[in-house]
Amino acid sequence: MKEGRPGWEAAVRIGLAAGLAVVFVSGLLALLGVSPARAFMEMASGSVGSAGKLADVLVAWVPLLLVASGLLVTFAAGLWNIGIEGQVMMGAVFTTWMLRLLQDAALPPALVLALAIGAGMLGGALWAVFAGLLKTHGGVNEIFGGLGLNFVASGLALWLIFGPWKRPGVGSMSGTEPFPEALWLPQIGALRLSGWALALGVLGIVLVGALLRGTYFGLKVKAVGRNARAAFLLGIPTTRYMLSGFALCGALAGAAGALQVTAVYHRLIPAISSGYGFLGLLVAMLSGYRALAVPFVAFFFAALNIGSIQLPIVFRLDSSLSGVLQGMLVLCVLVVHGARRRFRREAAP
Amino acid sequence: MNGESLVLVGLAGILSSATPLLFAAIGETLAERAGVINLSLNGTILLSAMGSFGVAVKTGSLALGFLAGAVIGAFMALIVAFGSITLRQSQVAVGFVLAMVGRDLSYFLGAPLMGRPGPTVPSWPVPALGDIPVLGPLLFRHDLPTYAGFLLVAGAWFWLYRTRPGLILQGVGERPAAAHARGANVNRLRYLYTIFGGALVGLAGPIYSLSIKAGWMGTISGLDGLGWIALAITIFGGWNPWRAALGAWFFALLQWLGLVLQPHLPGVPMQVLQVAPFPLMILALLLVNAGNAEWVQRALAALSEPRRRAAARLLRSLRAAPPASLGEHFESR
Repeated sequence: MKEGRPGWEAAVRIGLAAGLAVVFVSGLLALLGVSPARAFMEMASGSVGSAGKLADVLVAWVPLLLVASGLLVTFAAGLWNIGIEGQVMMGAVFTTWMLRLLQDAALPPALVLALAIGAGMLGGALWAVFAGLLKTHGGVNEIFGGLGLNFVASGLALWLIFGPWKRPGVGSMSGTEPFPEALWLPQIGALRLSGWALALGVLGIVLVGALLRGTYFGLKVKAVGRNARAAFLLGIPTTRYMLSGFALCGALAGAAGALQVTAVYHRLIPAISSGYGFLGLLVAMLSGYRALAVPFVAFFFAALNIGSIQLPIVFRLDSSLSGVLQGMLVLCVLVVHGARRRFRREAAP
Repeated sequence: MNGESLVLVGLAGILSSATPLLFAAIGETLAERAGVINLSLNGTILLSAMGSFGVAVKTGSLALGFLAGAVIGAFMALIVAFGSITLRQSQVAVGFVLAMVGRDLSYFLGAPLMGRPGPTVPSWPVPALGDIPVLGPLLFRHDLPTYAGFLLVAGAWFWLYRTRPGLILQGVGERPAAAHARGANVNRLRYLYTIFGGALVGLAGPIYSLSIKAGWMGTISGLDGLGWIALAITIFGGWNPWRAALGAWFFALLQWLGLVLQPHLPGVPMQVLQVAPFPLMILALLLVNAGNAEWVQRALAALSEPRRRAAARLLRSLRAAPPASLGEHFESR
């Protein structure tokens, strides 16, 4: 899926696309009578303006990084893993389940946390492999199987929150009973940020980058993604590689869900995935499916998400503006990219 | 009200509440028949629901509201067509991004409309036909969009299978090179059907915001996700208007059952019944696609002859294959 090599040309393209997206969003803001410059300044100071805000950005950066890393694998295998949202959710569900199971056991908290995160990764992987099996053995396109499974996962989480795992008294949208502080991933000082979560996120992208660039497994996954039929004829068991791709991506998505429980919310809430799965798809696309670009794009998107919280407070605007800008960026990159190729084709004799 | 008429009212309600999904699924069916996947449905429906409600509130005209919905849908589809046909980018990528942008844009621009009262489509029983026993209350006591939905299904089927342009449309999706050789302008037809299909999808928006779920409530409108369902119904419908309509009605039936059964199942939270249709939808997709899978063919071959025949007939009746060129680019040179 990689096109061309990164260089000044790519930089110009990205710059042009970013310019178009910013012009579009500025137009929207002007339409609503808000100065675009002021809105962008507020979003900047609301995201990287202080240590506390920066920590919040990093809290959002970790799940985005993990999810986008996983998606690099499925994209390399030529798969559109749109079910990632449900995989994050199942990660959170499995983690909560393991924590509930072991929270009263006489085990060291570190071990319980490790087992819980492991369970989350397993849950995400299982859910992803389910979508994969639907594709490889049921003939159901991964986009539609994945979308359906997203709804099922969120239904399962809701049922658990309002049913078997409900708070003493009555279940509510605020989620399950919070876990004791001993079962929280240790935080840095008074910040909401956990060093362990940060390390896991970085580990995820490094691992995927190395896997795709320097291993035989990565090469075969990419071969399946380029041309599944040719890969099959050359002796690569395509089905197994597709399912491995799903499993790996699901495990990373599950880790993101596990961290949402152990490091951020300390309980299961209905919106535990916070839309990071879908946003991760945009991050992977805007990164041009390159592992090196993912951390930066993910950071930028996380900063937009946190910065946009200022919009309703300062301007009484809806914070979904960040989503508009993120989506328009990817759309403009696609358009600029396509226009350049078309221009070239027509210029050629 | 006696039991019989209660059932009738329920069935009639299902028919009308399926109307937006019907429009969206038929619109998507036409676009995909031409070979273009418009994955933006979820964003398109939300944006057109918000936009048409805004226009109707501002102008006080329902007709202008519906027109705005169709224009928004056509415009989103135009971006998909331009991105994929002219710029040769991945249809799935462009469509998915538009699904995200459309959703967030509707929440952003719709914030001032939240909870505002607005005009709604009045019910209009067909004069004489509405008094027919059974059929009257079932089919002829709805509003105009519902009647239009019935006609749309029949019209789309007739166009696709009984007219010459419909035959060409099938050719464009199945064998674009052959259609081209017979003189059809493949890419122009793809533009045309994608945009027309998009306009139908766009009409689903005002049918929600000006009729079934009147008003605009932002994230709690309950419209997020319906576009994805419409896409699933398109597949379930096997790219056939009648089957797509069946899918939409079936889905509305399941949702209605969820509401009706809820008082009888106090242990099951409401949110679970709301998502109950989705596992069934996956199961349905599995059934529709299973006939195409290799291991099913092998399993069939192992059965005894009469059983194999019966099983194969059942699978064949459910089976649906997508248009052969779905999602692929076409270059005439």
